[in-house]
Amino acid sequence: MIQLDQLTKVYGHGAGATTVLDHLDFEIAAGEIFAVVGPSGAGKSTLAQTVSLLERPTSGRVVVNGADLTALGERELRAARRRIGTIFQSDGLFSRRTAAQNVALPLEFLGVTPGERRTRVAELLERVGLSAKAGHYPHQLSGGQRQRVGIARALALRPSVLLADEATSGLDPASTASIVGLLKELRDELGLSILFITHEMDTVVQLADAVARLDHGRIAESGRLLDLLRDPASVLGTLLRPPQPGVPAAPGELAIDVSYTGEVAGDWLARVSRAVGADLHVLGARIEQVHGETVGTARLAAPAELRGRLLPLLAAAGLSAHPVGSDAAPALEVVA
Amino acid sequence: MSAAVGALPAQNVPLPEIPALVVPALGETLLMVGITMAIVVLVGVPLGALVFNLAPGGLFPHRVAHTALSWVISIGRSLPFLILMAAIIPFTRLITGTNIGIPAAVVPMSIAGIAFFTRIVENSLRSVPGDRARVAIASGASPVQVIRSAQLAEAVPSIVGGLTINTIAMIEYSAIAGTIGAGGIGYVAVTYGYQRFDHAVMLTTIVILVATVALVQLTGDRLVRRLTPSARDRRAAARGPVSA
Repeated sequence: MIQLDQLTKVYGHGAGATTVLDHLDFEIAAGEIFAVVGPSGAGKSTLAQTVSLLERPTSGRVVVNGADLTALGERELRAARRRIGTIFQSDGLFSRRTAAQNVALPLEFLGVTPGERRTRVAELLERVGLSAKAGHYPHQLSGGQRQRVGIARALALRPSVLLADEATSGLDPASTASIVGLLKELRDELGLSILFITHEMDTVVQLADAVARLDHGRIAESGRLLDLLRDPASVLGTLLRPPQPGVPAAPGELAIDVSYTGEVAGDWLARVSRAVGADLHVLGARIEQVHGETVGTARLAAPAELRGRLLPLLAAAGLSAHPVGSDAAPALEVVA
Repeated sequence: MSAAVGALPAQNVPLPEIPALVVPALGETLLMVGITMAIVVLVGVPLGALVFNLAPGGLFPHRVAHTALSWVISIGRSLPFLILMAAIIPFTRLITGTNIGIPAAVVPMSIAGIAFFTRIVENSLRSVPGDRARVAIASGASPVQVIRSAQLAEAVPSIVGGLTINTIAMIEYSAIAGTIGAGGIGYVAVTYGYQRFDHAVMLTTIVILVATVALVQLTGDRLVRRLTPSARDRRAAARGPVSA
C-alpha cells in the first residue's frame, strides 16, 4: 500500500517559487491500479520523481506500508527506494548490458551473490516472457520487449509498489496492450499497488481501477474508473470516454447525453420511447466492456417540449441523463 | 643552433647503424607515453567523473567547486606544452629530483595529459542519456555505484575513443619532451635529423612515428567497436552475407 499525504513540491524560493505539486492526497491499496492523468505541465513527472524518491518533497509524506519514506537520511533512503519499483518511459536500459544483466542491476547494487542473482534473473525474465532473449542487448529488442525488461528490473527487489511513469507512451498499440496485460497479471499475482502515470486515456480505461486528474499540481477530480465513465457530468469521465462519433441535433430538438452501465437492460431505448410516446433519435452511441462491465454512452435527440417528461423517465430506467447545452457546468465550477 | 651543430661531429649515421639508434629510442618513447598514460587514466577518469557530477545536473552539484576545478583544468589545457614544460620545471625537480630524462618528461606530460583527458571523460559522460543514472538511483544504487555502472560503464566506448586521441597527443608531446633530454624518437629526430640534416635518420623517425600513431589509432578504433554492442552487430551483419 502506498499513501501520499499532503505531498507538496515547490521549486525556487520567494517570489519566483513555483508550486508544482499542491497538497496531493491519495492512497493506493495493495492490488489496486491507480492512474494519474493530466496534460503536460500538470506535474505528472514531478509526481513520479517524488514518489520514486528521486526528488524530496517540500512538505508532506510518501508512506509505503506504514513507513514514512520522506523522513529518511540518504542511506536509509537508498534502502527505501527498493520498496518502490519504477518503470520509466524511456526504458532506461543500459546499452552495454544484455537483458539479463540489466535485470540483475538492482541485485548487484544490493550485493546479492552471483548465484542467487542468476536464479532470480531467470525467474524474472521467465515471468515477463523473455527467457529466450536473456543474452540479447537492448538494441536487439523491440520497444515492447525493452519495456518488459524494464518491468522485470523494477520487480527484481520484490517491491510492494510499482510506479509506471508513462510506461506505455511511445509504444505501438499491440505492445501497449501486452504491457497492460502483463501489469494486470503482476498486480493480481504479487498484490502490487501500481501508480500508473500517463497522458493516454485509452490505456487508463484498459487498466485502471481508479483515476485522478492532475491539473496545475492539484487533483482536480478523482474516482473509481467505472463511476467516472458513467457520469456524464464528469470532465475526467468525458476525457476517458473515447470520442463518440455522431451528428448534430435538428433545430428545435433537445440533445441529451446519457450513460449507463450493465445493470440497465439493453432495450432501454425502446422502453423509454414507448413511455414518453415519441420516437427518440440516436445521434451517436458507443457501448463497450470495461473490467467486464458494459459501459454505454449515447447522445439522443427528442422534441424540446418533451424535456420535462423525458429526463425523469430516463432516470427511472437507470440512466444518467444530461441535456447538452446545460454543459457540465457544476463539475467545472468545482474544478476552478 | 649553429653552435650546437659545431659541437657535434658533423657526420651522417651509417645506414646499418640506424636501427641501433632508433630502436632503443622507440622503446624510450613507448615507456614515456606508457607511464604517462597510466597516470593520466588513473587520475583523469575519477577527475572527469568528479567534474561532471559537480556540474548542475550531476550527482552532487556544487557551483563553486565546479567552477574552481574547471578553471584549473582549462589553464592546464590552454598552455602550449613547451611553455608548460618549462614553467613547471621547479615542480618537476621537486617531485623527481631532476629536470632531464624520462622521469622529468613524465611529470609535465602527465599534467597536460590529465587536463586533456579529464575534459574527454567529462564530455563522454555528458553523452550518456541521463535516464541511466535515474534508473540506477531508483534501483537503490549508491553514488559510487551510479558513477561506476550508469555513467562510466555506459561511456566506456567513448572514453576509449578519447583515450586513443590522448595517446596520440602524448606521442607528440614526447617528441617535444625529447628536447629536454628525455630521449625517445623525438629526440633522435631533432638532434640527428633536424640539427645535423641527416635525412636517412629523419625519414626513419618519420616512418616510425607515422606507423606508431596509425597502430594506436587502429587498435583504438577496433577496441571501441568491440566495446559497443550495437557496432559489433553491424559488423557481423555486414560480414554475414559474404561468408554465407
